[in-house]
Amino acid sequence: METLLEVNAISKSFGGFTALSEVSLAVTAGERLGLIGPNGSGKTTLINCISGALFNDAGSIRFNGKEISRKKAHERTRLGIARSFQIPRPFHSMTVLENLMVPFAYVGGISGARAQAEAREILSQMRLIDKADTKASQLSQVELRKMELARAMAARPKLLISDEAMAGLAGTEVDEVLKILFDLNKMGITIIMIEHIMQAVMSFSQRVLCLDTGSVICVGTPDEVVKNPQVQRAYLGH
Amino acid sequence: MSSTKFWAGSAIVLAALVGLAFSGINEYVFFAGFVVLQFVVLASAWNILGGYAGYVNFGVPAFVALGAYSALVCFKALGAPLLVQIAAGAVMSGLLGLLVGLLTLRLRGIFFSIATVAVIFILETFVLNWRYVGGASGMQLTRPEPGFGFESYTRMLFAVMAAMAVMSVAISRYLQYSHIGQGLRALRDSEEAAECSGVPTLRLKVIACTVSGALLGVGGAPMPMYLSFIEPTSSFNLSYAVSALAMPIIGGIGHWAGPVIGALLLGTLQQVVTVTISNELNVLVVGVLLVVFVVIAPDGILGWVKSWKRSSK
Repeated sequence: METLLEVNAISKSFGGFTALSEVSLAVTAGERLGLIGPNGSGKTTLINCISGALFNDAGSIRFNGKEISRKKAHERTRLGIARSFQIPRPFHSMTVLENLMVPFAYVGGISGARAQAEAREILSQMRLIDKADTKASQLSQVELRKMELARAMAARPKLLISDEAMAGLAGTEVDEVLKILFDLNKMGITIIMIEHIMQAVMSFSQRVLCLDTGSVICVGTPDEVVKNPQVQRAYLGH
Repeated sequence: MSSTKFWAGSAIVLAALVGLAFSGINEYVFFAGFVVLQFVVLASAWNILGGYAGYVNFGVPAFVALGAYSALVCFKALGAPLLVQIAAGAVMSGLLGLLVGLLTLRLRGIFFSIATVAVIFILETFVLNWRYVGGASGMQLTRPEPGFGFESYTRMLFAVMAAMAVMSVAISRYLQYSHIGQGLRALRDSEEAAECSGVPTLRLKVIACTVSGALLGVGGAPMPMYLSFIEPTSSFNLSYAVSALAMPIIGGIGHWAGPVIGALLLGTLQQVVTVTISNELNVLVVGVLLVVFVVIAPDGILGWVKSWKRSSK
């Protein structure tokens, strides 16, 4: 299996606070990687550095063999890194369909009837098709989460980073989003999932990486990570 | 509205206005009409940045005055004709827009707006101390003979401003329906999400600032010739900022037709009030209307019409 994403010893500080120190990870193409860690452990900072919302201070990030750590966020999206946001950031003045048209125009370079057809296909897959012409500002929480994933998919990514796409959802809704992510993975999309709902992240991930205070404390299969004493200490505070 | 309809409509309006300028009606109509058309230009220009991209520019007077003073310098130094003066105003204010656009790299929301206010004071101080353009006391100008076979210079200015208004509206409409408009709308709603959808946000913001700035300069450039006089206090008057912002809000922000409706309505009303009641009162009209619209129709006339259509279905 070839490596799709290779993060090599990246660090990021905000003033005197070190959010990430020498974090390394490698994701192979087609993999499902879970990213866990207590609040403030640096999960979102890490994916902000990967997606380009923040620039890492040191270290390198290689995607598909290319160094990308100085590329802007929109350039990384065009290379194939898409993400959803922890707090949904819809284009609220647009309909759900129009939301998807933005990445189609700016990443795929397609518009009009063809883009609409492809957008509807994605929305069907996300079971959001009946909301296609609804304003994004009128969606429910679970619909917003699904729209965020749909919009990320419209950028036709190789790597999808799902930042707590299930936070605040009810049990059946979690299963629904989980199924969508499994389906996307079957289509060949590599997925990094950040999640606090342990049941979801453990059943989804092939490998889990645990961060604590800006460092990787454990990588392994879900079983190994759950049994790791350092992980238990980080979560339970013993 | 389809493109064909829009262009046909624009051509008819422009032909009618230019035809009017050749007719025998009272000169004052053109003197007042010029101001209304000027506000169509200014409001449409403001809307490109403020309405489409959501970056509120309070620095409109700086762009208008830079357009006017660039025109003046062109006229004084080279004796350049009106259209060249306007082109110079567009270029200079466009460059100012480019610089202001780079500010968006670091400043968002209200902080951007405050920075644009600062631009007014920087430029005004510069002009106040520049002898060549008359400094604080301003300067009197002698208008050349009108060109294009117009009877008077005011009539020619009216016709030229009509052409500029149609051009500004066409540019604003083109931007709205193009990829640029789609990207600006996206970044107005969320810059982070827009970036992650592949939208080059900085580039689009700089384009919007530059085009908006250039058109504001176009609106200001004919001022020295219009008044045969120029001085800093009225050129940098804050009422330009208030009007250019109030008109799109009243008409409906984010759609090309909004500022046109707002400017025609408010501009005409202001002229009528100036003539029939008093000059001071026309400022009050803007304020009162703005408050009324923010309260009863926050999406402007366009938004009000849209919701009325929806509810009557």
